[in-house]
Amino acid sequence: MSILIDSNTRVLVQGITGRDGAFHTGQMLEYGTKVVGGVTPGKGGQVTQGVPVFNSVADAVRETNANASVIFVPYNLNAADCIIEAAHAGIALVVCISENIPTSDMIRVNAILKSLGNVTRLIGPNCPGLITPGQTKIGIIPPTSFVPGNVGLVSRSGTLTYEIADELTRAGLGQTTAVGIGGDPMIGTKFIDVLPLFEADPNTHAIVMVGEIGGSDEEDGAAYIKAHMTKPVVGFIGGRTAPAGKRMGHAGAIISGNSGTPQAKVAALQDAGVPVADTMHEIPNLVKQALAQRQ
Amino acid sequence: MKIHEYQAKEVLARSGVPVPKNAGVADTAEQAAQAVEKLGGRGVIKAQVHTGGRGKAGGIKVAESPEAALEIAKSMLGMILKTHQAPQGIRVDKVLIEEPITITSEIYAAVLPDRVSRKNVIILSARGGMDIEAVAEEDPDAIARLSVDPLEGVCDYQLRDLCFRAKIETAFVNKVSGFLRSLYNAFVACDASLLEINPLAVTDTGRVLAADAKVDIDESALFRHPELAGYAEESEDDPIEAEAHKKDIAYVRLGGDVGIICNGAGLTMATMDAVQRAGGHPADFLDVGGGAQAERVKECLGIVLSDPNVKGVLINIFGGITRCDEVAKGVITATQSMDIKVPIVVRLAGTRAAEGSAILAGSSLVPAETMQDAAAQIVRLVNAA
Repeated sequence: MSILIDSNTRVLVQGITGRDGAFHTGQMLEYGTKVVGGVTPGKGGQVTQGVPVFNSVADAVRETNANASVIFVPYNLNAADCIIEAAHAGIALVVCISENIPTSDMIRVNAILKSLGNVTRLIGPNCPGLITPGQTKIGIIPPTSFVPGNVGLVSRSGTLTYEIADELTRAGLGQTTAVGIGGDPMIGTKFIDVLPLFEADPNTHAIVMVGEIGGSDEEDGAAYIKAHMTKPVVGFIGGRTAPAGKRMGHAGAIISGNSGTPQAKVAALQDAGVPVADTMHEIPNLVKQALAQRQ
Repeated sequence: MKIHEYQAKEVLARSGVPVPKNAGVADTAEQAAQAVEKLGGRGVIKAQVHTGGRGKAGGIKVAESPEAALEIAKSMLGMILKTHQAPQGIRVDKVLIEEPITITSEIYAAVLPDRVSRKNVIILSARGGMDIEAVAEEDPDAIARLSVDPLEGVCDYQLRDLCFRAKIETAFVNKVSGFLRSLYNAFVACDASLLEINPLAVTDTGRVLAADAKVDIDESALFRHPELAGYAEESEDDPIEAEAHKKDIAYVRLGGDVGIICNGAGLTMATMDAVQRAGGHPADFLDVGGGAQAERVKECLGIVLSDPNVKGVLINIFGGITRCDEVAKGVITATQSMDIKVPIVVRLAGTRAAEGSAILAGSSLVPAETMQDAAAQIVRLVNAA
């Protein structure tokens, strides 16, 4: 078992003939992901890496029965529009890798997804995607550090996801699914959306939640854990020494005024009974302790 | 992207937001004096720096004559303005010259995106003129909010209702709600990430206008705003940050002495934390981005080393798309072509880490196994220097 994606997930690649789209289509195919089609307007009818290319998502869904898509289309070619196209075509899971999508576009996209009845779940944008080790991966996550197991991983940061998976795997802790939810301010799926999925997944025994400065998604996640979760959660917050008012790389990571501080996030998690690791190296031991206490 | 008050007012005026009459910006005292003359002999001289609290710090002064303007501008231009928001101080290179206005009441208005509701929110308070976070703490009821439906937009009745909830004087509700309509239009038109008017002034003659204006632009939207491109140059306060951003490198200067280069914002922040935990002080945040090639890594090292405070550099890479052998090549070519006098600790993991380590073997670079080990080593080397 896993969450969101497994070996049956049928994936479309939007922007399959671009540099990044083509490269990662190859990587996904190599990992065993069922990439059933690609979309590049104007290149319909072509075949790339053995995968048929279509002019629109609607065409591709009709021909391939795809139920997930991954977007590599860059921001200046209207990546936000690609999300809406996938939703209109009835795709259930859209993973948007593209970065630098304007905030105003993402506000509109999220409102449209809601108006369509929330039948499409959006992961990202500006995210590395997801991996269910041993089965499938959607996006750009390098799979070498991941092995199947019982720890669920959800993170706002891509490289931290890899680093923490590496620590877990070295300590003998495999993963059910790892989800990179993205570093932007207006993401489609937040901690509070992923936590209930892990809670309901019988194979997930513990969850590692990786947050960073900016916004209040970690606090909201902590409140959810306190009220609803029975499985142990271990936390980590990046940027604990970052100064206020400075944007740390991506648009979401900024402490503005009193909001988004690491102190508030750590305190909220601890209040919810979540041990917060000071270093990533401590995470596997905290997971093991949490699992031992539960038994 | 932060823009100056005078630029913010240009943006606002384009969408019909009322602002005080001005005679432009000056970078010499003579220009300032001429500008005051143009305004009829009296003017307000305002330092153009990216910080609030300018008034208290001596960055806003009224000139009663062109001669007085000359003296005021002389002392203001070139001064290092220290405010509570910018205690390190920022040099004043430009001043804005505006008509003087007599304010009878001060309102606070802002528009910004709210991450929780994923909607834009308009914030209004009759208690303008002071720090809104202080108001929020001592009198939260004095602040009214309006969430804007992204598909419907904002209705006039909602803006009037917002005014009533914010306890705006009834006589001014129509003018203030009209002001907010234009303000919201401006926010949308320029893809702002923050628009703050404090104070929104009501004057003795019954005008309602933006006495001050703070506008931040969403950097991700700049590609579709050629009209704002000219503002980018004046948006930087730090010369090294300006140089890095010209090269499209995500770099933030932090003031310490341990230079940091990593891939990914999250890993970079975690590395800063690890250095601090080991007893060091990070000099910067630098994310090389995904898939960096050797030349890029060399460029990044150049940026970090251009900070004279840097006494050592920690390079921490967890390769995904980024290949560790490319990073290693970049570091080696940089050490060969540049005269580097400070120690460099390198930690490579992930994609092609073994190949990368092989390239570094035999060089003067200090290898490290883990992030904690790397942080401990660089702090020890910097402290010994």
